[in-house]
Amino acid sequence: MTKTAERQPVGKVAVRPVQAPPPAGDRRRRRLAEQARAYAFLLGGLICFALFSWYPAIRAVVIAFQKYTPGSPPEWVGTANFTRVWHDPEFTAAWRNTLTFTLLALLIGFAIPFVMALVLNELRHAQAFFRVVVYLPVMIPPVVSALLWKWFYDPGAGLANEALRFLHLSTSNWSNGADTALISLVIVATWANMGGTVLIYLAALQSIPGELYEAAELDGANLLQRIRHVTVPQTRFVILMLMLLQIIATMQVFTEPFVITGGGPENATVTVLYLIYKYAFLYNDFGGACALSVMLLVLLGAFSALYLRLTRTEGDT
Amino acid sequence: MSTRTLVSPATLARPRGRAVYWTVFSGVVLLFALAFLFPVYWMVTGAMKSPDEVAQTPPTIIPKHWHLGGYTDAWDLMQLPQHLWNTVVQAAGAWAFQLVFCTAAAYALSKLRPAFGKLILGGILATLMVPAQALVVPKYLTVADLPLIHTSLLNDPLAIWLPAVANAFNLYLLKRFFDQIPRDVLEAAEIDGAGKLRTLWSIVLPMSRPVLGVVSIFALVAVWQDFLWPLMVFSDTDKQPISVALVQLSQNIQLTVLIAAMVIASIPMVALFLLFQRHIIAGISAGSTKG
Repeated sequence: MTKTAERQPVGKVAVRPVQAPPPAGDRRRRRLAEQARAYAFLLGGLICFALFSWYPAIRAVVIAFQKYTPGSPPEWVGTANFTRVWHDPEFTAAWRNTLTFTLLALLIGFAIPFVMALVLNELRHAQAFFRVVVYLPVMIPPVVSALLWKWFYDPGAGLANEALRFLHLSTSNWSNGADTALISLVIVATWANMGGTVLIYLAALQSIPGELYEAAELDGANLLQRIRHVTVPQTRFVILMLMLLQIIATMQVFTEPFVITGGGPENATVTVLYLIYKYAFLYNDFGGACALSVMLLVLLGAFSALYLRLTRTEGDT
Repeated sequence: MSTRTLVSPATLARPRGRAVYWTVFSGVVLLFALAFLFPVYWMVTGAMKSPDEVAQTPPTIIPKHWHLGGYTDAWDLMQLPQHLWNTVVQAAGAWAFQLVFCTAAAYALSKLRPAFGKLILGGILATLMVPAQALVVPKYLTVADLPLIHTSLLNDPLAIWLPAVANAFNLYLLKRFFDQIPRDVLEAAEIDGAGKLRTLWSIVLPMSRPVLGVVSIFALVAVWQDFLWPLMVFSDTDKQPISVALVQLSQNIQLTVLIAAMVIASIPMVALFLLFQRHIIAGISAGSTKG
């Protein structure tokens, strides 16, 4: 910082050699004016970040240790919020559901888009059509996708059971059954978000040099061996990135359970973020909500840090 | 396509290879149509069926009679013009605020060398590590009672606009783009007598059209698709954006009318996508490989 600040006047002189170097007081005043101008540009953004990013992050930690009701002065309660939240039976359900959801979304949401991208990359026709169609659900508002699938899962005239009947399979309770509800929501989330993943995998696949496949083929590698020894190692970095991003995104799932199941049946789809929402807006317990937020924050922050570290180190090479 | 992929061109040229290729191709077309287009078709036509027809089993693939009543009812009964307008105001404002404040801040951090610039940039980038949704409750409390001035922004579009500026991703995107603009260009403008604002407006911004387009699309889509934050902030039904209104009204409205409203709510973003699909898809694909 100081280095660049010192270098600046020298640079100015070099550009305008006709001017004599200004006296020291003048130079300081000019530097101050420059700083004032820089901060004038920075101010709006800085205030917004301070108010809506930095301050809430600090506040989450503070309120997690307080009894907080809007309008009255907060009281310090130590770790009471954490113990209360911890002993809530919904707490275990919420974490179990969120982790199961994340794991299922990772299995389905990784395998399907990867295979799709692999096949699409081999097709020589209608590339633009495939890309537009696969990304279409991403542009449909998540609330609409959720309501649409709620209708599909309807036990009466829902399309999901109609499809099963058409294939002569036994019908399912889908989002209305305690054991099928969570996977039903994973299907919705995968359908709605897969487009972006497919496009990113496609871009990664297209950056693989063709010679690698040629060489592998000359060595007698068959199709599956080529996938295993050329495609996967070459795209490993992108796969890892997307997995981490997906973990971070799916651990914050809210819209699907809120709209489709309302957390039910029997708490089968209550997620951590849903529980945070309930603590704040149903129980009016902001201390409990913030205690939960801090727990989620710590876990997701670890994943984010890992993501940033990986993009920094491997992205440069 | 000239580049070599998993399957060699020689294999594809053989009769058997060609047969397999076209089988796979038709299979994928069918699968994509069924998985991604059919649900959309089902939604658009479902809204045109009569209430009895939409509830009947087995369902009809094509409506027996095409009614537009679902759409007109949705428009009138669910106050869609009001909620669509609210969404437009919220999205447009968030877009404008982000363009002005994020661009100015990114320009300052990239070219004006503010004191503590590195520290500020670090603080902004650190928010990328903090998942936004995990902080909604303290953010809500802040918006409900702003520090120092003690004003509440609840039920006010400013509650969408101002937090939208705190978007580290877009700001970083802009800053990185500005970093690539050579300093000589800006210094030349200054020697010609242009001030910092003038330089930003007539040199930097025209050069940054591609990144401004990407940021604009991200900003608009983010507001239009958001649900949890507007659900918290707008308790007043008349102020709610379409996403919140749809869920609130979905409980006690006829199915065909609800479906019609869902279609109408999707049209703006789908239209935006179809219009700019080339740029959007290229942006997503490019963003990934650069990390």
